[in-house]
Amino acid sequence: MEREIVLEAKGITKRFPGVLANDNVNLTLYKGEILALLGENGAGKSTLMNIIYGLYHRDAGTIILKGREVNFASPREAIHNGIGMVHQHFQLIPVMTVAENVMLGSEVTRGYGLLDVEKAAKQVRELSRQYGLEVDPDALVEDLPVGIQQRVEIIKALYRKADILILDEPTAVLTPQEVRELFKIMRDLASQGVSIIFITHKLKEVLEVADRIVVMRNGHVVGETSPQESTESSLAAMMVGREVLLRVHKEPAKPGEVVLEVSGLTAYDDRGSKAIDGVSFKVRAGEVLGIAGVQGNGQTELVETLTGLRKPHNGRVTVKGKDLTGASPRKVTRAGTAHVPEDRQKYGMVAAYTVADNLVLNTYYAPPFSSSGMVNHKAIEEHARRLVKEFDIRTPSIFTSGGSLSGGNQQKMVVAREFGRKIDLLIAAQPTRGLDVGSIEFIHQRIIEERDAGVAVLLVSAELDEIMSLSDRIAVMYKGQIVATVDASKVTREQLGLLMAGVTEGVLEPEVTAVI
Amino acid sequence: MDTQTIVSMLNTALRAATPITLGALCGIFSERSGVVNIGIEGMMLMSAFTGFMTNVYTSGAGWADFPRFTASILVAVLTGALSGALHAVLSVRFKVDQIISGTVINILALGMTGYFYVQGAITAGRLPQIAIPLLSDIPILGPVLFRNGPILYTTLILVVAVHILLFHTVWGLRTRAIGEHPRAADTLGINVHRMQFINVITGGAIAGLAGAFLTLEAVGNFERGMTTGRGFIALALMIFGKWTPFGAFGAALLYGFAVALQNQLQFWGVTIPHQFIGMIPYILTLIVLAGFVGRARPPAHVGRPYEVE
Repeated sequence: MEREIVLEAKGITKRFPGVLANDNVNLTLYKGEILALLGENGAGKSTLMNIIYGLYHRDAGTIILKGREVNFASPREAIHNGIGMVHQHFQLIPVMTVAENVMLGSEVTRGYGLLDVEKAAKQVRELSRQYGLEVDPDALVEDLPVGIQQRVEIIKALYRKADILILDEPTAVLTPQEVRELFKIMRDLASQGVSIIFITHKLKEVLEVADRIVVMRNGHVVGETSPQESTESSLAAMMVGREVLLRVHKEPAKPGEVVLEVSGLTAYDDRGSKAIDGVSFKVRAGEVLGIAGVQGNGQTELVETLTGLRKPHNGRVTVKGKDLTGASPRKVTRAGTAHVPEDRQKYGMVAAYTVADNLVLNTYYAPPFSSSGMVNHKAIEEHARRLVKEFDIRTPSIFTSGGSLSGGNQQKMVVAREFGRKIDLLIAAQPTRGLDVGSIEFIHQRIIEERDAGVAVLLVSAELDEIMSLSDRIAVMYKGQIVATVDASKVTREQLGLLMAGVTEGVLEPEVTAVI
Repeated sequence: MDTQTIVSMLNTALRAATPITLGALCGIFSERSGVVNIGIEGMMLMSAFTGFMTNVYTSGAGWADFPRFTASILVAVLTGALSGALHAVLSVRFKVDQIISGTVINILALGMTGYFYVQGAITAGRLPQIAIPLLSDIPILGPVLFRNGPILYTTLILVVAVHILLFHTVWGLRTRAIGEHPRAADTLGINVHRMQFINVITGGAIAGLAGAFLTLEAVGNFERGMTTGRGFIALALMIFGKWTPFGAFGAALLYGFAVALQNQLQFWGVTIPHQFIGMIPYILTLIVLAGFVGRARPPAHVGRPYEVE
């Protein structure tokens, strides 16, 4: 049977100053399929989608929607023509209810401009039922977890009769559980005739959910394949243009003396509830301890407490025997601790500063970068040139502002600053969040190099793959406590998944449990 | 305290609350759509002046009461709307800092009304009190609520009307949406800048009514700087009322009651210097804002101009 083409982009070209973001790109979307658009950051996926969605205007090419050539001047027109897009940053109003968010702009009224909230809620419920998108129409959006907010975005599109749905990196903000639910929803939608374009750079997900895969690199479509005829490594190679190591090669760890020792640590979160509750563990020189857990189980607060950004309520933290409980960030830094923070934009860099200045944020006050209160620019520049080269930071110059680099290069800049001096302890929180495969590979290798040089590494990550491939031991956090510590080479994904959900009974055989 | 004193105090409270309530409604229109408005004071003052001057000229020309008052109120409301339009042009169209734009209006109002002020201007009188049949005969409530001027009645109706508009109509939903997340509203086909224009101008018209109340219904005369900070108090009480009409009205009544208390204390001849007694409403506003507001949450995008992509 000939499949119906719903959307066709032909010869799309888009030029930004200095960059050819889309170069003669062709894309076809069939009715009721899930098309994965795979590519690294900056490959041109989002540009292509934004052109289809009417946010950008193409320089050349044609778009044919259901047999008719179209030219959208704005998202409004795209929405009107049945295209819905769920952005990475949700376009929802937190203080309004689900029903209000859904109907905004195409309101249900009882005449005279008066809203009919009940009827809108009913329509939301009907859509929920039809597509398996469970959500309470009267709930305030701000009270909903991210996964549910995403459903509201999807319902918003369906309410506007979208039959083409563009999902831009939809899994970036979700827990593994929520990802599974999203995939089920996507399959449901597709089986009812909705065509889905799924933008991502995560290989596992593509293989799991897509019907067809289109790979983009440097503004070109470099290939089309299907999950049946590809593997993670073949996709990664297409995406990056060379063979990529998906799992870091590492020798067994040779743990030395204890570097970080945490005992009975308790701290509160910003809202005053207990975020970490009597946590104890040790990290030895030359090993990686991974902290696994669904986000929001105290990992963020743990890292903040260890690095001096949050005051502990109780307990003790020592680094190489030195008491650092409640010490200031500078004291922690001076004790030989490197910190790659979870939110690099907020805590890892000063966006308006140059790359060179960003590279000395932790050491600018000490020789050789300053003496008697005066900054030595020459030393800072030399230092920057060396690190830019060593860590392969792609920047036009060391005087470019940090904020104008791509996410991957910003993270390399942070990593370069933190690794670029002699350290004993590395605390890395979500070190590869939002990065492309190439950058992830690079940062993973550097972390293992540090470990092999005798640094104690504490790795906090929400990516189970990352935890499993880098760690020697894994501690699982649940509701502020460490519920188990396991040997990374013996534990399975399934076991970790259960532990992360708080299930501890009968999950582990005794030999998996690692010595703390 | 006898019944008469209570009635008189409650009525004073209601009258003092009226211009504040209108000012707060002006603020609600503006801020809910994402535009900070600290120009309420100036909008009120200019309207009070033009409304009064219209009354002076039409009185001089010998107009009958009804057309005279209608013209005066209309001119005041129009003045408010025009000053709102100025604020909208500056802050929405040209993206001037909204605080600066509001300050411009306040300074302009002080300067213009001071310059054109004519001493000793006479009018043929202010707006009459209208006793509503039957209702005005209810004990206590009747004289407090139903023997008042037309602008006060309009204010009571406006509080309810703005509430309905804001929370039960398409217009209100869209207005609140652009104050919270203009980008989201924009992608759903809502014209953010047009909505802001209309809201800020409507708010200005309501501030114009507040000015009209001062010179046409309450005092019957114009003096330099006669708004004496009412616009700012309105803004503060709008915050206290969490950007809702009923909340702001409640807060304004509290302020009105402090004014009534202050008058009563002076009337009773309490031996505290009158300057201190005169401070009561202002101190009350300060305490309320500093202590009781708690976590009042403004519209998320208020104060920042929206750039269309």
